[in-house]
Amino acid sequence: MLKDILFAGFGGQGIQFCSKVVANAALLENKELSWLPSYGPEMRGGTSNCAVCIDDEPIASPLVSSPRYLMVLNAPSYDKFINLVQPGGTVIYDSSLINADTERSDIDVFGIPATRMANDNDLKGGANIIALGYMIKKTDILSLDIIKTSIEKMSKGRQQLIANNFRALQLGYEYSE
Amino acid sequence: MSKVLMKGNEAIGEAAIYAGCKHFFGYPITPQTELSAYMSKKLPKIGGTFLQAESEVAAINMVMGAASAGIRAMTSSSSPGISLKTEGISYIAGCDLPCLIINVQRGGPGLGGIQPSQSDYNQATKAPGHGDLHLAVFAPASVQEMVSFVCDAFDTAEKYRMPAMLLADGLLGQMMEPVSFDDVKAYTPAEKPWAANGHKNRRPHNIINSLYLKPEELERTNFERFERYADLCKNGQRYEAYMTEDAEHIIVAFGIASRVAKSAISEARKQGVKVGLIRPQTLYPFPVSAFDTIKDDPKVKRIMSVELNMGQMINDIKLAVECKKPVELINRTGGIVPSVKEVYDRIMEANK
Repeated sequence: MLKDILFAGFGGQGIQFCSKVVANAALLENKELSWLPSYGPEMRGGTSNCAVCIDDEPIASPLVSSPRYLMVLNAPSYDKFINLVQPGGTVIYDSSLINADTERSDIDVFGIPATRMANDNDLKGGANIIALGYMIKKTDILSLDIIKTSIEKMSKGRQQLIANNFRALQLGYEYSE
Repeated sequence: MSKVLMKGNEAIGEAAIYAGCKHFFGYPITPQTELSAYMSKKLPKIGGTFLQAESEVAAINMVMGAASAGIRAMTSSSSPGISLKTEGISYIAGCDLPCLIINVQRGGPGLGGIQPSQSDYNQATKAPGHGDLHLAVFAPASVQEMVSFVCDAFDTAEKYRMPAMLLADGLLGQMMEPVSFDDVKAYTPAEKPWAANGHKNRRPHNIINSLYLKPEELERTNFERFERYADLCKNGQRYEAYMTEDAEHIIVAFGIASRVAKSAISEARKQGVKVGLIRPQTLYPFPVSAFDTIKDDPKVKRIMSVELNMGQMINDIKLAVECKKPVELINRTGGIVPSVKEVYDRIMEANK
């Protein structure tokens, strides 16, 4: 079954990196997948988003207009996308930056203070991976192990980067509201 | 080798290198810049040439120079930049030189926007420059197809001694998909007895030229060139037919529009609607043969062209079905890609 995921936030929050970790992890699992970024003025300081589709079948349209999973790290993107999430879908948001306010009862919405946790744990810029850890815990997108392997491969042997990302991932994975 | 995750733009670059292209001349423009960037990193390492020219006009003329010497050369740009190249493209066609031109289309006209578009269909297939000429135009719909079509485009260009174009769009250029280079066949340089290269006086010298002041001579070159085009039209049409056997409604779409159409078709099929897809993989030649049976098939009620423009391919479809079926347009333009729902709704409306 198609798993379509939208990652959204400000440019610089690591939306692209985070979504690439998931895309590469899907590749490691021999899944069919597509990764589609927003490009242009959006990524130069404005909002940035990336759509990832994962399936056992070839991906037809790589565009995600109503995602089953949404990871959102800033308020404008939350407002923009919250009503597009599929019924039964799951939303992970950064509760240190977003005052989540939705009347929808047909989706699961989980907040994690990812930016604050990153700052508290000396993981500046790691909010994206903290949120990803929480998303992996709350959904069946992919396993924690394959995400770790993906991070390792993408970090190309930079041990400090790998260690920090693993720590961020674990923080998110073990977070409970 | 297993699959790797690559952006369409980067995959084009890697495929071109596989295809034996070591010489790239370009000028940056969104949304194809990753391709130039990829070539700038890779080509110097394999003894090739990456040259960022002072303009698109210069870049296409450098391609002409390299192609004259019989080597595989390419350039890439996006819509406004391709317009600048059209003079050079016409000269290259007039000189009967093979080369590859990549157009990662964006919205137009004018400077337009930077989001994906298919509004250069007419330019690519009808008038890629002044004079009587054609390009062999390939339309990939996935990153994997970008790889295989780059190789096929170089081969076709050399076989028919004409420039080839890969007509992509910003979305295909920017997206990443798993891609394999396992099936890319090794490049073996073809004999090019026409090339203006070094020969140490062992043969008469070759002249590459597109100027013929005697009308009879110029007419003859055009006739000869169009014999090759006719051969390509007969033997080079490519398309994918998807769920067309029992279809009452036929969607026609290429590139990214065909991906959206496939998703809409899957949804409509779940509702029992008999709808299928013809996906042109070559745009010149347009796959007229795909419509041979469709145009006289009584169960086919209509054809719908999904395009990211104001309706350009639709005219080729009308010609292919000889106006025996109604042909409708489903389109968005200006950089907007129609949603699966938009296409689905039109299918369901048609099926009422």
